[in-house]
Amino acid sequence: MKVFMLGWELPPHNSGGLGVACYQLCMELAKHNVDIDFIVPYRADYSHIKFMKVRPAHDIHIDEVENLLTAYDSYRYIEKDTKVTYIDIQDQQHMYEQAVGKLVRHAEFDVIHAHDWLTFRAGIRAKQASGKPLILHVHSIERDRAGGNSGNPIVREIEQLSMLMADKVIAVSNHTKKAIVEDYQIPAENIDVVHNSMDIGSMEPLCTTTAYTYLEEMKKHGYRVVVNIGRITIQKGLTNLLYAAKTVVEKQPKTIFLLVGSGDQERELLELAAQLGISRNVIFTGFQRGKNWRDAYAIGDLFVMPSISEPFGLTPLEAAGYGTPSLISKQSGVSEVLQNCLKVDFWDVDEMANQITAVMKNDSLRDELHRNVYQEYVRLSWTDAAKKLVNTYALHSGRVQL
Amino acid sequence: MKKSIVLYLHVHQPYRIRHYTIFDAGKHHNYFDAKYDDRTSNERIIHKVAEKSYLPTNRILKELLDTHPEFRLSLSITGTILEQLEKWHPTALKSFQELVATGRVEIVGETYHHSLAFFYSLAEFEMQVQMHREIIQRLFGQTPTAFRNTELAYNNDLAYWADRAGYKAILAEGWDPVLGWRSPNYVYRPTYTNNIRLLMKNYKLSDDIAFRFGNQGWTEWPLTADKFTHWLNESGDATNFNLFMDYETFGEHQWGDTGIFDFLRHLPSDWLSNSTNSFMTVSEAADAYDPVDKVDVPYTTTWADTERDLSAWLGNPMQHQAITALYDLQTAIVKSGDFTLIEDWRKLQTSDHFYYMCTKWFNDGDIHAYFSPYATPYEAFMNFMNSYHDLKYRIAQKGLLVE
Repeated sequence: MKVFMLGWELPPHNSGGLGVACYQLCMELAKHNVDIDFIVPYRADYSHIKFMKVRPAHDIHIDEVENLLTAYDSYRYIEKDTKVTYIDIQDQQHMYEQAVGKLVRHAEFDVIHAHDWLTFRAGIRAKQASGKPLILHVHSIERDRAGGNSGNPIVREIEQLSMLMADKVIAVSNHTKKAIVEDYQIPAENIDVVHNSMDIGSMEPLCTTTAYTYLEEMKKHGYRVVVNIGRITIQKGLTNLLYAAKTVVEKQPKTIFLLVGSGDQERELLELAAQLGISRNVIFTGFQRGKNWRDAYAIGDLFVMPSISEPFGLTPLEAAGYGTPSLISKQSGVSEVLQNCLKVDFWDVDEMANQITAVMKNDSLRDELHRNVYQEYVRLSWTDAAKKLVNTYALHSGRVQL
Repeated sequence: MKKSIVLYLHVHQPYRIRHYTIFDAGKHHNYFDAKYDDRTSNERIIHKVAEKSYLPTNRILKELLDTHPEFRLSLSITGTILEQLEKWHPTALKSFQELVATGRVEIVGETYHHSLAFFYSLAEFEMQVQMHREIIQRLFGQTPTAFRNTELAYNNDLAYWADRAGYKAILAEGWDPVLGWRSPNYVYRPTYTNNIRLLMKNYKLSDDIAFRFGNQGWTEWPLTADKFTHWLNESGDATNFNLFMDYETFGEHQWGDTGIFDFLRHLPSDWLSNSTNSFMTVSEAADAYDPVDKVDVPYTTTWADTERDLSAWLGNPMQHQAITALYDLQTAIVKSGDFTLIEDWRKLQTSDHFYYMCTKWFNDGDIHAYFSPYATPYEAFMNFMNSYHDLKYRIAQKGLLVE
């Protein structure tokens, strides 16, 4: 089975979770005898990747890529000669489509598999040129990124038209499938759900000392820590978390909220915490990676993901791996696969406060939650996802599954 | 009619907080030791201000004191700047000592740490006033007889306190809503006091020098000492012109190329050319003139912004949260008996830290931004709160944490 795969990024040149999900999924697909030709929109050294062929669509030679957080900003590329280039996202998408249009003439494959809206127009171009079936993999839709608002109409149009033209749409959760049906009127039978997963072998181990010396000391004195890790944008529902935090601090003053990440809502939330009178209980670390990022999971007594809309949401799985149970919003894809965690509606601030307080006051609840979620964590793998996709490829290419 | 200029200059630099993250908290306690080339380097700023302002201004002031036996002025110098001058610029410190040694320079009392402690903890406030008195005695051999509170923050309670503490005079803003039809150019008596005198800043004349001097769009530009003293001579309604301003007006807020040094150099001779005119220090003015009326200030006034209140320091919730968090540590900190810890806590009380968190007109990049070493008020707030967390860490380690 040969797949012409269109992706936007791969680690280490990734700006978010999409690159990681694509990488891990492809590694598993390769184990199932799928031969992948992966097209990225820039040139970079991927010689360490042996399980598939990674090819540049065109010739921007980069060292680092930085998505400036929303779908409408420019991407910032740091090129090999350290030159920094900003490319408008629409231009970038257009360039990618043109380049894929040329590449496809010399490629041999059975199906086209495209990840998220930036690659969808290129996917359609490839389908028109080759006549091969097009599978669109939806990791998020515009509604998710716009925090419950409708978002950018140009992006919505691309998403809707592409999904109408696709042979099959893959959604990363039922939550996303439902959103696609509602927003774009795609028939539900054209959409398959393939839940994301994670490769637990890729998790870097913790070292013996934490980066959060202060929190470690406070915990010895009866403090407990609530952690959120992610972009600080409206989609993530952190405003509600702060309102809940006010109630939690009233009930249990020895609670510290650790917010790790950066984003366009950072100043707003800093001021909101002050208005609510809980500044001394809320710590904003800014964007972190590496040890500071891993240790944030580990120092927590509870990880909270209060997202307004989360197509999947990998962070609670990572939290489980680093020893911390989670409270997650029901409006997330991960809540469909994870059983042993606390779940609330993102808008139910009182219930959120109630459940956080319960964990803050009961270490036994925390420990029991983690003991059980860890059992789920160790069983995580991409195998189910890969098997489902192999079936889908076979069905649409008319080939018999090996 | 006899008239006096009461020139009073305020000398202060804070210990600015370096970029201090939550990852620093608990690892090291050096909140104030930015690298030399950093924007928040206190040592670098002391060198810069000393070269641009303290040394050239003190040179002129010394000349003026030597040439004109009638010339006098008052200074207030905070403990935080004196410490830094002792460490990093002894020459500048010596130049201040030489002025005071003439016997015609009065040092005004205040809090050592340039804090707003009066509004949060009277015990802490009194301790810092005492500390300031001691360093002034040690470095200048003088004991203050007049008092000014940080940012000229003033109300009836403060006047009552200063009266009981035995001061001859106290300073405040000559703010119109307080004075009404009355002129700031007289000596007053605060309500509910027996002996103390109130000297109120003539903000129009003071700001002509401190803020408008170099503004070429101002109708009175260029301002010369001759023109300025002419205004004062023409003003019939006065015994004392209270010119109160930041010392750094000379050479820092108004750069040398505005002509501010020439203005200063010529002010005494132009003013003293009229034989009924004189200079007085603040305590001399309090002794020389009887109060003409009582002044009632039930709410707090300051010398800042168009509001003349504390809103530049305590106007937004971040500032309020930061300062209450800090003062809530008082009991545990004092109990620790750890002088390094207590001193770090006091350095964080300096009002400048809260000023840097001001969001009034932040978007306009105005005067607040000019005086801040941080890119945004949010950055100032985060550095401060992380230092606060570290104080808490140190308290916790001593087993003194109370919630």
